[in-house]
Amino acid sequence: MTQPLLEVEDLHVEFRTRDGVAKVLNGVSYHVSAGETLAVLGESGSGKSVTAQTIMGILDMPPAFITNGSIKFRGEDLLTKSADERRAVRGEGIAMIFQDALSALNPVFTVGFQIEEQLKVRRGMSKADARKRAVELLDQVKIPNAKGRVSDYPHQFSGGMRQRAMIAMSLALDPELLIADEPTTALDVTVQAQIMDLLAEIQKERDMGMILITHDLGVVADVADRISVMYAGRIVEHADVYELFRAPGHPYTESLLESLPRLDLKGQELKTIKGLPPSLTNIPSGCPFHPRCPRAFDRCPTEVPAVHNLGMGRTSRCHIAEEVVARG
Amino acid sequence: MGRYVLRRLLQLIPVFLGTTFLIYALVWAIPQDPFAGKCGQRPCDPAYIAEMSEKLNLNDPLLLQYFKYLGNLVVGDFGTTFNGVSVGEQISTSWPITLKMGIIALIIEAVIGIIAGVLTGLRKSGFLDNLVLVSTLFLISLPVFVTGFVLRLYLGPQGFDLMDTSVSSDPTFGELILPGFVLGSLSMAYVARLTRSSIVENRRADYVRTAIAKGQPQSRVVGIHLLRNSLIPVITFLGTDLGSLLGGAIVTEGVFNINGIGGLIFRGIQEKEGVMVTGIVTLLVLVYLLMSLLVDLLYAVLDPRIRYE
Repeated sequence: MTQPLLEVEDLHVEFRTRDGVAKVLNGVSYHVSAGETLAVLGESGSGKSVTAQTIMGILDMPPAFITNGSIKFRGEDLLTKSADERRAVRGEGIAMIFQDALSALNPVFTVGFQIEEQLKVRRGMSKADARKRAVELLDQVKIPNAKGRVSDYPHQFSGGMRQRAMIAMSLALDPELLIADEPTTALDVTVQAQIMDLLAEIQKERDMGMILITHDLGVVADVADRISVMYAGRIVEHADVYELFRAPGHPYTESLLESLPRLDLKGQELKTIKGLPPSLTNIPSGCPFHPRCPRAFDRCPTEVPAVHNLGMGRTSRCHIAEEVVARG
Repeated sequence: MGRYVLRRLLQLIPVFLGTTFLIYALVWAIPQDPFAGKCGQRPCDPAYIAEMSEKLNLNDPLLLQYFKYLGNLVVGDFGTTFNGVSVGEQISTSWPITLKMGIIALIIEAVIGIIAGVLTGLRKSGFLDNLVLVSTLFLISLPVFVTGFVLRLYLGPQGFDLMDTSVSSDPTFGELILPGFVLGSLSMAYVARLTRSSIVENRRADYVRTAIAKGQPQSRVVGIHLLRNSLIPVITFLGTDLGSLLGGAIVTEGVFNINGIGGLIFRGIQEKEGVMVTGIVTLLVLVYLLMSLLVDLLYAVLDPRIRYE
């Protein structure tokens, strides 16, 4: 097997605030290869965005502290690199797009300027060449009349077009890995599908690795190859997308799938996961999901579940993982 | 953009007429004999009163007086004082001095204020931040005449003799640096605080995070992305401040014995020289209006979201 593009190993991050220490990541591990899409799924506060920001090196430190773990990109640990070396990786090796393109793009510069800036500053391109390339990139993300729109400001674009421009900007330096942090959350449903299709297409074309952060199971099913489900700063389940939808291996995933509205159950009350996600300053003992878990038993509040290997690269952090899968 | 400029220019006309009329009315419609005390102890000679009243159009209704005055202004005639001294000439000798000092003050407050604000905004708390916070608080709470007096005394020959603090009747730029600093000190403190809070507010903005995620060098993240957005309110403040600086120069000019606009207007008020007061205040209003026009245009250049409204 070839080496994965990115390997995150046992990543621990905590936020030291006045109200105490919030353990945001508690041993996150995942990997992505070129040409592959990994979906990271989880509720707000589960640590999926923090993991991405730690990979990018754009976490505010302090208050954040990386207490353990490694992030290997092309086999080299990013966490041991100097600030300048890490900066060189951003944009060029790993690029990122954000949830709300309106606030993520600088309001006082044209979209063209923000794309060209990458080419001029990082690649030393001339102004004219950079402009030409920016138009090409906008064309690639299917912005109509790219030549005319390149000198428009972000607020003159519609929501979907803005996200396309953001994608074009992230592609400027031909990154090997693209992290998309909830790229469609702020968009209309129809536009969501278009953006996801675009991302999938670009990823295939460029044989890029992609980490897709989302809380939307529907989005995941379409484009992801593998899924990592996060809960309270841990990966609780990791599986092939088909396997996961067929038979979830963790009660949390199971509950998530059950909470999807389904047409054949029309008229019945929608199932929800009872309770709230745990506070990260006070994570429940044992398995952090036990207060909300329908299958909890006496071992759950006391023992942290080990990683259960379910075969075919599939893992679950549940005491009774095998039983859960079998029943699914 | 063209329409925006045109609209702003047209707005200028009613504002100019309104403010100048108000000034004219306040000076000339006072319920007091304008000739009281003008001729020493004795009442003025009726012939003199008749002549001056004719010259100042005092027998006309106020609105007509105002328009006649305005008509003269348009051709550059500021009128004469009761003693027959040309107001235009007086203004033209003292105006450049005050303007020079005002511009020096503006440059000092912009440069020092913005640098201090950016440095402290980027790293909140710490020695530098506290130093700037305390010193700006100090400047804000001290009246300008105290700052001016203390600096003049301690830096000059009577104090540590670090520089020549006297200002000649036709001052050079060098002589005006200290008075300019004193004049701009209060605004400098405000600029530093305004810049600081603006930087603090924008430092965590999403677009700054994007610029970092793009791998742009720190100098560009701060110097281009952060600063461009953070300076919008600061520029607005600086622009309108030139008008206040010129109007407020009166105290600084007094402390440093400078023959500027401030001294002229002070004497004008004391001696009830209505022509002098109206002339200078009209000029100040004009500067204020032009500066706010400039700020609005700059604002549209700095923030494209305004331009396209």
